[in-house]
Amino acid sequence: MDGRFQLIVVENLVIRFGKVEAVQGVSFAVARGAAWGIVGESGSGKSTVLRALAGLNEEWTGRMLLDGAELPRRRNRAFFRRVQMVFQDPYGSLHPRQTVDRALAEPLVAQGIGGADTAIPRALDEVALSQAVRFRYPHQLSGGQRQRVAIARALITSPEVLLLDEPTSALDVSVQAEVLNLLSDLQRERDLTYIMVSHNLAVVSHLCPMIAVMQGGKVVETISAEALRAGRTTHPHTAELRALSTELEEP
Amino acid sequence: MSDTSTMSGTSLRAWLLSDTPASRRQAGWGRLYRLWRDLRANPLAMAGLVTIILLILAALAAPLLAPYSPDAQHLSNHLAPPSAAHWLGTDELGRDILSRLLWGGRITLGMVVSVVVLVAPVGLIVGCAAGYIGGLADRVLMRVTDVFLAFPRLILALAFVAAITPGITSAIIAIALTAWPPYARIARAETLAIRNSDFIAATRLAGASRTRIILVHIMPLSLGSLIVRVSLDMSSIILTAAALGFLGMGAQPPSPEWGAMVASARRFIVNAWWVPMMPAMAIFVASLAFNLLGDGLRDVLDPKQRS
Repeated sequence: MDGRFQLIVVENLVIRFGKVEAVQGVSFAVARGAAWGIVGESGSGKSTVLRALAGLNEEWTGRMLLDGAELPRRRNRAFFRRVQMVFQDPYGSLHPRQTVDRALAEPLVAQGIGGADTAIPRALDEVALSQAVRFRYPHQLSGGQRQRVAIARALITSPEVLLLDEPTSALDVSVQAEVLNLLSDLQRERDLTYIMVSHNLAVVSHLCPMIAVMQGGKVVETISAEALRAGRTTHPHTAELRALSTELEEP
Repeated sequence: MSDTSTMSGTSLRAWLLSDTPASRRQAGWGRLYRLWRDLRANPLAMAGLVTIILLILAALAAPLLAPYSPDAQHLSNHLAPPSAAHWLGTDELGRDILSRLLWGGRITLGMVVSVVVLVAPVGLIVGCAAGYIGGLADRVLMRVTDVFLAFPRLILALAFVAAITPGITSAIIAIALTAWPPYARIARAETLAIRNSDFIAATRLAGASRTRIILVHIMPLSLGSLIVRVSLDMSSIILTAAALGFLGMGAQPPSPEWGAMVASARRFIVNAWWVPMMPAMAIFVASLAFNLLGDGLRDVLDPKQRS
């Protein structure tokens, strides 16, 4: 695989949990500014791939490259400057005793950037949150607001890559659409590279032109969102997922 | 707080309970005020808190409150029952028991405070570090706590005090040595419950160092259950301090430590019941007050107890 024009390259990634091989040799490459989707049922290994890519799991074999450079097992601070992640559950991804202000200041403090007093109001603006939420605690926010805070936190250090782990699946349907639109606006404005994991084909195909379908720890098919919508699937599991997805008609 | 000091009570409350705090400070005070409001709703916990505050104030103000010197002896007036001149009576050397209790509060409560100040931070740091770092560090630290937990607290304290010289300082060190392992255990259990949560993962992704994650993000979450455990443990620390005094291994006889007072008065329990009774009551009241407060704090601070 030619890594020169690809921002992120994953080659033959294998991840074991004890004797179970959760990810069995996954490879894909994502160009700068692209959005790459990974779909699959629970247990297909899609989130495991994303967490390994984020550096949260250090037990893997294979290769991962960012901008042509091989990623070390233990990521350094500079990596987190370039790659950030939004988690599935906005109720679990914000520290319960820290205000929105603290949550947004943390990456700035940890990276030694500073300028929190101007960066935080701007970050809230970007995700369309009112300045009034700045000093609230997570329990005073709705699920959609929390996920916006999580997105603002991921973007506050201006990363190039955003890893999205089912960013909408814990939200109401109406809020899902808002968050998805926010994500696609942000991608356009900031030229972000997305890798998005979801079990929902409609959500993934809304944001990602190219989609990898995973089953049992393997990528069984790579398909364009267009072909998926048209039903031109080649692997039976993709057809199965498509049939199961009732909201596929038009997101 | 110049912007708030001029406000009336109601607007201060509105400022504290605001849904849209305007600063870090306001959000922090608001959270504390909500905890305080929850605690205030519990009459038993408030009774405990008020008692503890009164005991501490009385001990601090002992020079002003005590009618006599704690060491002044009047052998002609020994073992006098409670009267207008000596509210709680006098002991075998004619010393005023009330004055001795007030002065002794400084020693007994001072020992408790010293033990907590020594022990709580050590337990918290050891537990959080062991829980978060895991692996070999966790195993070593937890085996050390196992060793300390395997000894009965009083016996270990006794052996320790006997090995060095008996006295208040060695009693404090002995109790501290035996008191920290349960706190480390609690902090570790709390840490294990949160170390794999997404918000800690997000902090790792923010680029925070391990030390920063432990000190800034994990320790505040473990603090609540630690405070609860410490306040429930206060009574047992008081009792251990008193027991060491009673056994002659803690504060030494002329000093009015409550346990030592009970010890030296036990010979008169039949014919002058008030002499051992008064310090025993003081130990009882202080222990009970700490237990009541601890129960109330648990309801307020321990998130697992809340619906």
